[in-house]
Amino acid sequence: MEKEKEEILEGIYKAAQANGDNIISILQELQHQFGYVQKDSVEWFARKSNIPEAKFYGVLTFYSQFHMSPRGKNIVTVCSGTVCHVKGSARIISKLREDLKLKGNEVTTKDGLFTLENVNCVGACSIAPVVIVNEKVYGKMSPDKMLKNLKAYKE
Amino acid sequence: MSRKITVNVCMGTGGIAAGGSTVMEAFRQEFAEVGVDNARVVEKCRLHKVGCRGFCARDVLVDIAIDDQSWTYQYVDEKMVKRLVAEHILDNKPVEQWLVGDDYHTFHDNQEKIILGVLGHIDPESIDEYIGIGGYKAAEKVLATMTPQDTIEEIKRSGLRGRGGAGFPTGLKWSFCAANQADRRYIICNADEGDPGAFMDRSVIEGNPHAVIEGMIIGAYAIGADTGYIYIRAEYPLAVQRLKIALAAAKERGFLGKGICGSSFDLDLKIKLGAGAFVCGEETALIASIEGERGMPRAKPPFPANKGLWGKPTIINNVETLANIPPIINRGAEWFTSIGSEKSKGTKVIALTGKIRNTGLIEIPMGMPLKKIIYDIGGGIEGDRLFKAVQTGGPSGGCIPQQHIDLPVDYEGLKSVGSMMGSGGMVVLDETDCMVNIAKFFLTFTQEESCGKCVPCRIGTKRLLEILTRITEGEGKPSDLDLLQELAEDVRDASLCGLGMSAPNPVLSTLKYFRHEYEAHIFQKKCPAKVCSKLLTFYIRPDHCVGCGACKKACAVKAISGELKQVHQVDQALCIKCGSCFDACKFNAVIKE
Amino acid sequence: MISLTIDNQPVEVEAGATVLEAARKLRIDIPTLCHDSRLKPHGACRLCIVEIAGMPKPVTSCTTPATEKMVVTTQSAHLNRLRKTTVELLLSDHPNDCMICIGSGDCKLQELAYRFNLRGSRFRGKMRAHDRIDENPFVQRDQNKCVLCGLCVRVCEEIQGVGAIGYANRGFESKITPPFEKELSCEFCGQCIAVCPTGALSGKLWVGYPRQQGLEKTETTCSYCGCGCNLTLHTYGKSIAKVTSRQDNHNRGWLCVKGRFGYEFVTSNERLTTPLIRRQKGGSLEPASWEEALDLVASRLLDIKSKHGPDAVGGLASARCTNEEGYLFQKMFRAGIGTNNVDHCARY
Repeated sequence: MEKEKEEILEGIYKAAQANGDNIISILQELQHQFGYVQKDSVEWFARKSNIPEAKFYGVLTFYSQFHMSPRGKNIVTVCSGTVCHVKGSARIISKLREDLKLKGNEVTTKDGLFTLENVNCVGACSIAPVVIVNEKVYGKMSPDKMLKNLKAYKE
Repeated sequence: MSRKITVNVCMGTGGIAAGGSTVMEAFRQEFAEVGVDNARVVEKCRLHKVGCRGFCARDVLVDIAIDDQSWTYQYVDEKMVKRLVAEHILDNKPVEQWLVGDDYHTFHDNQEKIILGVLGHIDPESIDEYIGIGGYKAAEKVLATMTPQDTIEEIKRSGLRGRGGAGFPTGLKWSFCAANQADRRYIICNADEGDPGAFMDRSVIEGNPHAVIEGMIIGAYAIGADTGYIYIRAEYPLAVQRLKIALAAAKERGFLGKGICGSSFDLDLKIKLGAGAFVCGEETALIASIEGERGMPRAKPPFPANKGLWGKPTIINNVETLANIPPIINRGAEWFTSIGSEKSKGTKVIALTGKIRNTGLIEIPMGMPLKKIIYDIGGGIEGDRLFKAVQTGGPSGGCIPQQHIDLPVDYEGLKSVGSMMGSGGMVVLDETDCMVNIAKFFLTFTQEESCGKCVPCRIGTKRLLEILTRITEGEGKPSDLDLLQELAEDVRDASLCGLGMSAPNPVLSTLKYFRHEYEAHIFQKKCPAKVCSKLLTFYIRPDHCVGCGACKKACAVKAISGELKQVHQVDQALCIKCGSCFDACKFNAVIKE
Repeated sequence: MISLTIDNQPVEVEAGATVLEAARKLRIDIPTLCHDSRLKPHGACRLCIVEIAGMPKPVTSCTTPATEKMVVTTQSAHLNRLRKTTVELLLSDHPNDCMICIGSGDCKLQELAYRFNLRGSRFRGKMRAHDRIDENPFVQRDQNKCVLCGLCVRVCEEIQGVGAIGYANRGFESKITPPFEKELSCEFCGQCIAVCPTGALSGKLWVGYPRQQGLEKTETTCSYCGCGCNLTLHTYGKSIAKVTSRQDNHNRGWLCVKGRFGYEFVTSNERLTTPLIRRQKGGSLEPASWEEALDLVASRLLDIKSKHGPDAVGGLASARCTNEEGYLFQKMFRAGIGTNNVDHCARY
């Protein structure tokens, strides 16, 4: 492991020790630092903290917030809550998948520009269906409107 | 003449999504440009960030208050700001055409607001504004004049029941926890609002975080906890942010920390971010998650009130429950019991959404008839279509049909028709919604969110979903109806936690009230609401088709043929029934049957 | 003591005992799959559900503490239906290839299917399709047969203190695996195999031997160390097919890698069948008769003892000898030669 990375990990470890953080907070911090949770970081932490690696892996794969591979530059999140569902979020997803040329279980485009995800509910039901690109919330979307909005991120 | 001018811009998630911050910025710039501060407006003009006021469908909502009078504008965007400032603020002539109409007032006038009353009127990031409306008075009163036992008794007498789901009496829960011998106790605020279609907790925290903190102080004092956690979804960044600000302010003013309000009572509150698992709304899974483990529930008893976080007695209350505590202490249990129905006291915050005119966050006295909520507050069904059902309680709840439209909305009422209060989501469905599809939607959700620990939920919800899927795809067998019913009952009765126990509710309630829709899918291979695409056939009506070619372009499998400006046709053998042509056609020429 | 009633029979148990323990005291049979009295209760398989007066829903007896005057029902049409559905659901995601399964005859799921007379399952749908083959020499995994009872995870953590395996994913996709799907890297104690209720975990050394028929059981004691764990040797002809341990013993059925898997030497081709003597320095070892060999060792030992005293001699014995042989060996050194210079790789 590079020295630089090890120093970052050391820093996270010290902070976690001081705050009495648990595995979830540590993984959240790792993801925050590196964009996703890397295997070698987890291995490093397991050794350092004497917590079985299997525990980290169990938590990592349980919560949908954690990612184990790099994600796209732009994160497109389609809300799939009840209201968004009855107002057509499934059509938006299939249109976006088609547009981004995502096949099978793929969620990230080949050029690494987009990651398409869905979330159970962002609680913005009154403006359903909702799509969030990075931090920006697009309400009352339709498949076509969303494709137009997405164009801005392709440049 | 000096005037006091206040501009309120709705800055909840709904408001921000609709462009609230751009509107606010536009006001700031406009004020700077025309010099409102030092020219014609003498009193200071404040730009106020306020939380959700409920009527998100009309966002961005802006109030312009001049002295004691206030006007509310709807659908405001940044282009409208110039005129609002010029005409209303500078010339004192409100822009009539942009003001909210009567329906805005019917929406609000039928509500009873204990929790939501201040939302939209105070700046959630200012502790002074909360104190200004009597905030932290209840905590001071409890700490100075009441014993923990008195406090529990007061809450017991108020009849307050948990607002997060099952409606367990809050005072009783507190007394169970306090009765345990223990060196430490904990209080947890459950803000892991995971129900799709529910956003009341988010709105309360975004709009008035101090009320929740004050509720926690009182609860912690009552049960003897010195540490508390607020477990909140990471998907609610704004709520987390406002909570952090509020916690810091409360600490600074001595409402948290050592010796609160001059008493000998200490309390430390911490935020724990959820990591994306619906099951963590379940008490024991939430505890596991705070401990840093996989959120897998454990069997009850023992209940958390006896053995909870790190094995210590723990109370877990929902956001709305806690926000109800300060008003009860301030105004007394008798006042609270005067609101609501016989067994359900007080009010309930409801996220009213779906195929309804006025969507948004509302607060009603318990026991209000469903009809009143849907037609008076909600303004009826969108687009004058026919009401079909209302889904309450999220994935744990059920669908209530037309025949129960007069049902009083309270814990017992909803339960009597096979649904539940849950956290208070209410999704209105109309004739274009397929009830089998709705049941399938919820099972898809619960199946994905099942933690996998117990067999009935792990495999049972999967099998339920598979049966529903084949019914919606025209592969359903006559025996599937009984199989679905039996398996749903068994998953409900044999599962370990609330998720598995309630996951079958959407199936059981739709089977009960909308069995004919299931039968149509199975026997006639038809979807009456025309939702389940595999059971539909897409046609192009020659008299409507202008030959624009939009459908042909949209079709991924080249099932549509036709020359430009000629009538197009769908080749049924090639059609995969994706519905793209239906979406693409601007002339209503594509029909589905 | 706490008094309660189970199926109309009164019973008294210690405070802290569970309803399941109380029922077992009355010899009432409640089916379980994820329960092991030596491990913390889990409450996952939902088979041990019972009805308790005053509780709205059935609860798992393995997790519910017995309380004073509790009234418990363990058998009813409703409970039976729920248990049956639960087993049926498990079978709907199980290969059901008992004919050729290594666990057959020693499988709780098979027993339950028999007991509930489940010839098939009403439920058909997606099944897990793991095809991983492990490289380690001891533990054989067939994840498609895993019922996610969690016993292997609990034994690894609670008893061994290793935590080599854990849960991954959630819901229907849940599975038990080493971290990041890596190869199993642990002590290979095989405790996980011992607690696994199905054929999901078995010993690689068991392959090629009969499962039940034709095996002979011999009770013995492990000679590897001073703990003296109970061993049950399952032999087929002259070979050991597998080793297990009984729970009613001081080692409660727990073994380590040596006791459970270190038996191949018994039938190893490399074992010496005759004494070997090196007659010349630098020469090779040559076969000899027992008489010649013993005479040689005895004369040399006596020679050394007479020249340098008994403490010039020391003896090291192998743990692969039987305990009886070990006893004789130290006796020979202490009483015969007169020295305490005697040891064994697991100490005496």
